[in-house]
Amino acid sequence: MSSNTDFLLAIEDLTVSFDGFKAIEGLSFYMDKNELRVVIGPNGAGKTTLLDLICGKTRATEGSIKFKGKELTRMSEHRIVWEGVGRKFQNPSIYEGLTVFDNLEASYPRGRGVFGALAFKRDEEVVERIRQVAREIQLDDKLEQEAGLLSHGQKQWLEIGMLLIQDPELLLLDEPVAGMSLSERLETAQLLKTIAKGRSVVVIEHDMAFVKSLGGKVTVLHQGKILAEGAMEALQQDRRVIDVYLGH
Amino acid sequence: MGGFSAQDLTAIFVMQGFAGLSFFSVLLLMALGLAIIYGQMRVINMAHGEFMVIGAYASYLLSGALRHLPAGTDIAVLLAIPVAFLAAFVAGYLIEWLLIRHLYHRPLDTLLATWGLALIMQQGFRSAFGAREVSVPVPDWLRGSYRPTMIIDIPLNGLAIMLLTVLVTAAVWWFLYRSRWGLRVRCTTANREMSGAVGINTKRVDRMTFAIGCGIAGIAGAAFTTISSTGPTSGSLYIVDTFLVVVFGGAGSLIGTIASAFSIAQAQSVMEFFMGGSMAKVLTLLTVIVILLLRPEGLVASKVRR
Amino acid sequence: MIKLPGFLRGRHGGPLGILILAAVLLVAMPALLDLYRLNLAGRYLTYAFVAVGLVLCWGYGGILSLGQGIFFGVGGYAMAMFLKLEASDPESTRIQTTPGIPDFMDWNRITELPWFWVPFESLAFTLVAVLVLPAAFAFVIGYAMFKRRVSGVYFAIITQALAVVLTILIVGQQGYTGGINGITDLRTLKGWDIRDESAQYLFYYLNAVLLIGCVLLGRWVLNGKYGRILTALRDREDRVRFSGYDVADFKIFIFCLAAFMSGIGGAMFTLQVGFMSPSFVGIVPSIEFVIFAAVGGRLSLLGGVYGALLVSYAKTLFAEAYPQLWQVMIGTVFILVVLVLPYGLASVYQRYGKRVLSRLKGSRRAPPPPPSSLPQDSATEGRR
Repeated sequence: MSSNTDFLLAIEDLTVSFDGFKAIEGLSFYMDKNELRVVIGPNGAGKTTLLDLICGKTRATEGSIKFKGKELTRMSEHRIVWEGVGRKFQNPSIYEGLTVFDNLEASYPRGRGVFGALAFKRDEEVVERIRQVAREIQLDDKLEQEAGLLSHGQKQWLEIGMLLIQDPELLLLDEPVAGMSLSERLETAQLLKTIAKGRSVVVIEHDMAFVKSLGGKVTVLHQGKILAEGAMEALQQDRRVIDVYLGH
Repeated sequence: MGGFSAQDLTAIFVMQGFAGLSFFSVLLLMALGLAIIYGQMRVINMAHGEFMVIGAYASYLLSGALRHLPAGTDIAVLLAIPVAFLAAFVAGYLIEWLLIRHLYHRPLDTLLATWGLALIMQQGFRSAFGAREVSVPVPDWLRGSYRPTMIIDIPLNGLAIMLLTVLVTAAVWWFLYRSRWGLRVRCTTANREMSGAVGINTKRVDRMTFAIGCGIAGIAGAAFTTISSTGPTSGSLYIVDTFLVVVFGGAGSLIGTIASAFSIAQAQSVMEFFMGGSMAKVLTLLTVIVILLLRPEGLVASKVRR
Repeated sequence: MIKLPGFLRGRHGGPLGILILAAVLLVAMPALLDLYRLNLAGRYLTYAFVAVGLVLCWGYGGILSLGQGIFFGVGGYAMAMFLKLEASDPESTRIQTTPGIPDFMDWNRITELPWFWVPFESLAFTLVAVLVLPAAFAFVIGYAMFKRRVSGVYFAIITQALAVVLTILIVGQQGYTGGINGITDLRTLKGWDIRDESAQYLFYYLNAVLLIGCVLLGRWVLNGKYGRILTALRDREDRVRFSGYDVADFKIFIFCLAAFMSGIGGAMFTLQVGFMSPSFVGIVPSIEFVIFAAVGGRLSLLGGVYGALLVSYAKTLFAEAYPQLWQVMIGTVFILVVLVLPYGLASVYQRYGKRVLSRLKGSRRAPPPPPSSLPQDSATEGRR
């Protein structure tokens, strides 16, 4: 009945308080299908908390998060993943002891239950899909390498790949280029643009040049609230944004 | 509870309550040390009971040495507290250096290694003091009891231990929250790398923390000798209860530890009267486990934004 | 950061290890040992069931249970209850006040078979109970804990407390359980004397075959996707959770599987030794099971078997002659294994044995690098 259903993700009046301290307060946030959105803001603005709330890592004190019309605030984490939300953590979070191939296979969206996993067979379809994703993240020549030996940037890509293999409709990326070299940044920007075709992506980022290169709408968070929203060029002129974040 | 009049019940609760207080005191003294060690360093010290036994044997040796002096027992009982602390402290200091420091970040492994340590220490006690239990003579002024009414009878040694427990708890609180050392300990807990970066010698902090935790167990041992005799395995009888106290209280919370030691000791003591020791223990443990499952963070949770 | 030892990175073991194990258990030991020693070895092998279970849930799943004695005990007691009832037929218990019930019940002035003993008159029920009850217990414990995200140290302490609870219950309720002495004087199984020489041999072989079966089952579980998810969640629980897996389910399963194996071990223990008592349930046996797995190698199923054999044998050797020395020895073993050999004897074999083997075979494959560092228990902080 509400206009919520038109959005892929509709967050309304979201509040989370940690023992009185409100990390997110009365936040409303909407995203369309196939939208690429960048979230910026000073440290402690609640950016990571926002992603934690969407993927179920942190539970909301008040408010609602609707994804494709379904309420996420009380759904268990793995169900949220099943609904099509993928979350990348700030530090590369991969299985270092396993090969790149195994890492991707471990995220393959079949055999997710205990017995499904026991009965899981590595068939042609699985191998083909893993190769395809590996090409996308440019790791197709490193499939048999132990993931712990990859470079920092490659680890970040691998984690993105582990999400891609699940083909999520909404991808949450927490500082995907942190600690990357300039050339890696450029490649990642390219990768993100490819990924964003056919799905929605939320990116938290600090690097303004990178944000600009992504294009798309930008949301500025400050003290748990949305300070401003719009195109990067417009925001750069916005007094409040300059005051709290961009600097003079 | 048919068959008991209201007056009987009150008396039972008061007396069992006081009996529980002695148990509470020993549990709390044990748990304080463990809570410091676990709460601050995430080390599971399964040999904690053995450090208590070190304290107990230290008071036993002390009272033996002072036996022939005039008023020797009186002096020994008072002196036993610092001596027991020191003995266990030194032992803890050595053990940290020899063993524990190699195992930080591997809590499950410290659990196994300190279990092995406990076995070795128990055997050491047995070789040194024999398998039979030893007891420390208690001076006359600790022997009597306090009788506010006809049916209520509270032993004085229990009261003395209570007093000691209060003092030690206050000292621990002061140490952790008011002293410079405590600040360093808390800093190290909160952020080890950062503490190192701002010039705190984290290794030294760890060693001192562990040693002080053990020292407090030593005091528990000294207190223990006034209510019970000590054998090589006396400590291991308390270790499971003590761990539950720490976990139940919420690791790292002093108030939580006190509250949980109190409720566990009281529950057990009062239930003991109605259903006997073993069933009371079973029920107490099960209750604690169930509450822990409902509230895994323990009674008092630490407040951290996660 | 986390570098796993070679035998984890590859798929788990070829047929060679299993063949050697089978040769040792089924050929070498029966050929070399007299019946008394073989029976003793069989007893050690019942502990190996628990050790193999612990390799699965502790080594691979990161779930340290200090209460495996519970499951060993449940399996063992279930079997013992059946055998005891058979031994307590009205004819052989006619001197009792109430003939037809176990002697210890009679001594405790119980005049009727308690309700929970009744179903154990049936062998079929008993066998099902041996296979199902331990896992069912584990399911209840695991469900309650893992769904609430209790893990690591907390899990270890709570399982230990549960082992204490069960021991106190068994000892305290002598009339129903046989108390501290346990259930003794077990003689026949369906009229067949279990102390008979042929029975002893048969049980030994049955035990060995079942154990090898458990090792194979463990391998199968680890080799598939489940096994990789299991290790993955030991090291990076959050990543697994946010890859769409219900982490609790995965933990419950492996815990139940370990309990299932332990229960079989317990039942085989009762059959071979002829009694069951609370001294195989409480803290001390439970932690001894862990040391078996640790000595053998927490990441090696076969290591668990050899660890159980070796440590138990050493115990028999020293504990009777020099009980004091034994306690210091086992204590030292605990410390040394944790400090210098965290992957147990399996890692020694991995480092040196493989090299020797490959040289013998003339293959030029380089030996796998030695395990360099332990996975840190950062995920075992206890709770979220």
